[in-house]
Amino acid sequence: MATPGNKLAFDGGWGYDPAPESTDHIDVKSRYGLFINGDFVKPEKGKYFDTINPATEDKLSRVAEASAVDVDKAVKAARAAYRGPWGRMKPAERSKYIYRIARIMQERACEFSVIESLDGGKPIRESRDVDIPLAAAHFFYYAGWADKLEYAFPGRTAKSLGVAGQIIPWNFPLLMASWKIAPALACGNTVVLKPAETTPLTAMKLAEVIADAGLPPGVVNIVTGAGAAGAAIVDHPGVDKVAFTGSTNIGRMIQKSLAGTNKRYTLELGGKAANIIFADAAIDQAVEGIVNGIFFNQGHVCCAGSRLFVQESVADEVIAKLKDRMETLIVGDPLDKNTDVGAINSTMQLDKIQSYLKIGQAEGGDMHQSSCTLPNKGYWCRPTIFTGVSQSSRVVQEEIFGPVLAIQTFRKYDEALTKANNTPYGLSGGIWTDKGSKIFNMTQKIRAGVVWANTFNKFDPTSPFGGYKESGVGREGGLHGLDAYVKLGVK
Amino acid sequence: MSADRIAVAKTYKIYIGGKFPRSESGRYFTLEDKKGNIIANICRGSRKDFRNSVVAARSAQLGWGEASAYLHGQILYRIAEMLEGRREQFVAELVLQGVASRAAEKEVDQSIDRLIYYAGWSDKYQQVFSAVNPVSSSHFNFSVLEPTGVVAIMSPDDNSLLGLVSNIAAAIVGGNTCIVLASETKPLCAVSFAEVLHASDVPGGVVNILTGFRSELTEFFASHMDVNAVIYCDGGKAVAKTVQVLAADNIKRVIARNRVNWSGDAANPYLIRDTQEVKTTWHPIGA
Repeated sequence: MATPGNKLAFDGGWGYDPAPESTDHIDVKSRYGLFINGDFVKPEKGKYFDTINPATEDKLSRVAEASAVDVDKAVKAARAAYRGPWGRMKPAERSKYIYRIARIMQERACEFSVIESLDGGKPIRESRDVDIPLAAAHFFYYAGWADKLEYAFPGRTAKSLGVAGQIIPWNFPLLMASWKIAPALACGNTVVLKPAETTPLTAMKLAEVIADAGLPPGVVNIVTGAGAAGAAIVDHPGVDKVAFTGSTNIGRMIQKSLAGTNKRYTLELGGKAANIIFADAAIDQAVEGIVNGIFFNQGHVCCAGSRLFVQESVADEVIAKLKDRMETLIVGDPLDKNTDVGAINSTMQLDKIQSYLKIGQAEGGDMHQSSCTLPNKGYWCRPTIFTGVSQSSRVVQEEIFGPVLAIQTFRKYDEALTKANNTPYGLSGGIWTDKGSKIFNMTQKIRAGVVWANTFNKFDPTSPFGGYKESGVGREGGLHGLDAYVKLGVK
Repeated sequence: MSADRIAVAKTYKIYIGGKFPRSESGRYFTLEDKKGNIIANICRGSRKDFRNSVVAARSAQLGWGEASAYLHGQILYRIAEMLEGRREQFVAELVLQGVASRAAEKEVDQSIDRLIYYAGWSDKYQQVFSAVNPVSSSHFNFSVLEPTGVVAIMSPDDNSLLGLVSNIAAAIVGGNTCIVLASETKPLCAVSFAEVLHASDVPGGVVNILTGFRSELTEFFASHMDVNAVIYCDGGKAVAKTVQVLAADNIKRVIARNRVNWSGDAANPYLIRDTQEVKTTWHPIGA
């Protein structure tokens, strides 16, 4: 709704009352062990670490810190399950176990959503409407592949690899766990998964689901911990395949440390997506797309539309509308159903984002932030845009992983394309125009694994996701995501 | 050959950007037959030759990648035609390098047929490997293959022609451009194959062929920051490690082709797919 002064006011002047999701129905234990061989077990060295709510800085639980010894136990359990019941199971039966996981997750979706928002800081609207339903859908999708793999690879046989070591990030904790575990199981592998150290809780709840679903012990093992536990998985000789989602720097280290081994790997790494707005785009929709592209999940999205390119003739209009729209964004309590932008995931990440805000200004960028008030406790960052930046600016070149948008303009089509592709990354891209031929031309020429035309940040289990260039190797999701978990043979 | 005529010996040069220079380094190595007779002096390609090749391959990639599948197919077919016409030369070169004549004939024939095989895939692999994805939301969503980009290939030492041709064909039919290191012990056919490519409407820079020492050039093939994928054939564990460590600097795709039966299962579209990227496109469905 437009009000005098042409400002957007979605509340119509009435204001939003708090609408917090209740937490009385969730069950978070005060301490979690490691999920190895079907049981929650104490870590060998007896170490635990806190996991906190980034919106309040309150401790939620204590979680085991896995050592190399624990990882070894988990890999051995996974190997035994692979050689044993899981490896021997008929694919159609395997399939039914994976379906069970999907169904139980759907039943417990509300609980998972609340815990995801508590532990990670993301708005309940996103965990409720995006993360958790997509995670369940991912299991449901891949469950059905288990007994149909021969149709996925024409002219080839597809066999499982063995034990998959999987390391996931903190931005979509349960969803990333499902992206990793579901296809691995469908293809007949067993799993050792390490969730991110700041967001371990939904993975531990997933462990409960896996136990409830009656999967044979050792098929899925979940070990919590920090980088050392991840390295122990990558380096373990009993791991046949490493799947990693995270930063390009860590991905590079993993690729190097796997050199000379026969381990397979897939890497889903960083991004710096171009979101390109042409003058003939539906501007209001494009502004929504910009907001969704960069402020969705506090910008903690590897495929975030963090570089905006606006055609010069509409740049003033788009930027003015974007600033208006930013003023309407509700930043605050992740559990509030009205919240648009939640808490920054950790104090470390907040430091990183804030350092980029300084860098952007020091390099001559013009910074604008929404005027929202921020809670006193917790980790927060106002929705932020930079104008007056150039291709060489660090805020244009480097992945910030926060609600920070770098805006540049262009005159001609070729200029937009050249600037968009001028990055070592190639994960995703966006284009906004009403002209069909331009859509096909641009979407073909953007060097990125996922391109959204007149939309942004959409995900689906059937849709392959993954990067070109330094954004990674391999795909997750869809038929193409099966590739990561099979070895092909001649028929 | 009559005694009153002196044969004209060929200078074997490298192939960069559609031209046949000598190595910029001025270096060479001598290729000898089993009896120790000199066959030819071969360019000992350098790091700079490789870097020049990458520049040529990169500038050719956009145009080649955007050329139609039909054109890719016709050009690969044309390469086969040209190779067929020079069949005897290639057989003779293989024999000169110590391959038995029956085996040499077979390798050349299979190389010609391999080109026809991949020519035929040009407008078909996309249909086999693409997908329309039934997403739950109101969007049209599809995934297609696109070329990875610039591919550095260290082709096998044995099967100096068939291995080379298979690697090149599978890479370029999918719109990639490449830099290829020829067999070190049997480099002649690679150079002659460059001449075949040159006569086949393959745009300059799409295929660049170097001769030289694998031990010297491996690290450059694996480490160059403007190369998107590196293929090595029959590397031992040490080579594998070197290639993979260096390739990680820009997250290159690393493809190992060890113990490949080049006359058999090297004819398959999964070799094309090795140097393809899956791109997924979304568009809303609405009024």
